[in-house]
Amino acid sequence: MPILETDALTRRFGDHAAVDGVSLSLDAGEVFGLLGPNGAGKTTMIKMLTTLLPPTAGSARVAGFDIARSARAVRRVIGYVPQLVSADGSLSGYENLLIFAKLYDIPRSERSLRISEALSFVGLLEAASRLVREYSGGMIRRLEIAQAVLHRPRVLFLDEPTVGLDPVGRRAVWDHIESLRKDFGTTIFLTTHLMEEAQSLCTMIAIMHRGRVAAIGRPDELKASVGENGTTLDDVFVHYAGDRLDSGGGYRETSRTRRTARRLG
Amino acid sequence: MRHREPDVQPDGSASPVAPSVRILLESVVGFVKKTLVIAELEVRKLRHDPAELLTRAIQPALWLLLFGQVFTRARAIPAGNIPYIDFMAPGILAQSVLFIAIFHGIAIIWERDLGLVHKLLASPSPRAALVLGKGISAGVRALTQVVIVYALSVMLGVKINWSPAALSGVIGAVLLGAACFAMLSLIIACIVKTRERFMGIGQVLTMPLFFASNAIYPISMMPGWLQVISRMNPLTYEVDALRALMLARGASVFGIGVDMGVLGLTLALLVIVAGRVYPGIAI
Repeated sequence: MPILETDALTRRFGDHAAVDGVSLSLDAGEVFGLLGPNGAGKTTMIKMLTTLLPPTAGSARVAGFDIARSARAVRRVIGYVPQLVSADGSLSGYENLLIFAKLYDIPRSERSLRISEALSFVGLLEAASRLVREYSGGMIRRLEIAQAVLHRPRVLFLDEPTVGLDPVGRRAVWDHIESLRKDFGTTIFLTTHLMEEAQSLCTMIAIMHRGRVAAIGRPDELKASVGENGTTLDDVFVHYAGDRLDSGGGYRETSRTRRTARRLG
Repeated sequence: MRHREPDVQPDGSASPVAPSVRILLESVVGFVKKTLVIAELEVRKLRHDPAELLTRAIQPALWLLLFGQVFTRARAIPAGNIPYIDFMAPGILAQSVLFIAIFHGIAIIWERDLGLVHKLLASPSPRAALVLGKGISAGVRALTQVVIVYALSVMLGVKINWSPAALSGVIGAVLLGAACFAMLSLIIACIVKTRERFMGIGQVLTMPLFFASNAIYPISMMPGWLQVISRMNPLTYEVDALRALMLARGASVFGIGVDMGVLGLTLALLVIVAGRVYPGIAI
């Protein structure tokens, strides 16, 4: 049984279909990358799958639970790292994890062990008692990942996990995502607009364009589908998403992205 | 497959009530737990940055020292058998609590620009618990006003009822009142979604809530239409309870039970509404 499947999943905002009849199916243990320019519908897709946004039409199941009818059950088995900064700057790293350990009903007896495991997993054990507002961007992202995997989710959703990070921070985040898959078998669902990220992390890629999935497959398959040897994912992207990298999203999204980048940078 | 009644246990014993009661109990306990976690989150934040609370002492001080002093001399307002400054002190406490709570919702708008609200909503916590937790944290903030207004009142010679029962009653009324207005604020924040509009509405709301209540003059002084409005204003019941509990010679007009009941019901209603509009903030 696939760990995640969507069936003609659709979300409209007024007349505009942000996500337009997307059907996909994902096996456990994959690192799935949803690629697309800004405004392609990636975040809307993640918001529906994490039960934040009800779909207008269609359906989806995560770990067998319907996102609309069994939202609470879905929430128990997923972890979510939003695109925007989601750690609380006025709390320490440890406190951030403690609050979420409690929200996810991790028993008191296991709490401190789980928290220190998660902190050492992302290399933040020593910074645990510092306020998060003193963290670097890379540290914040790593803390957020620790926070999202405390309850050992079966599917981890990451929305643009490396936006605004420098190459070192980006590399560290990739390493953690990779070891989550290897060591815990966590299925990863991430969105990105970086080809390099998709190339080095993902076992499965879908290219999203104007709310629809333009192409889906393993990175090599996608490259092969476009042309001869030497094709890069960039070529694949241009081929399927058209040559226009029309960065939509408008003022609000742009200012948010930049603000996130500034906070993390 | 053999059809089996859902109430019948695998061992054959029928227990029609127990499982549903257990599930209900578990969800109530879960709800309370999650509410307290959210309150804990806010209180921890406050612990890291307590300076903000001190600035809150200014407003009640101005009201009691300036307005209170003048009107005590003027004897313009019938305060019953107590000095006007005594009559007014619980009203100013309620006002300070109102001011803290009514702007509490703006935190939601800040959180919306961050991803924290998304992460909270993607966690398996009842929505109503997430909002009530915020209401309680507004109450905890508001408790600092109890200390400030009591200190000012002692300075001004207000006769205070120091019995533990009365003090706990004051704490209860402040928590309830703060949670009510924090819920109202949260609902507004979820609807207007921007800081500018929220601040505008917050300002417009506080003055009528304050003046259409019994905070600084008794309802009996008001024209008929205003009496009706002020009887629908939760602040009136908060003040009424505080006046009876805080003052040595205080008395309640409606009865403390009615006051607390009205506040409790209002809170329950607002929590239900807030729990419904809150997820919209993540969209």
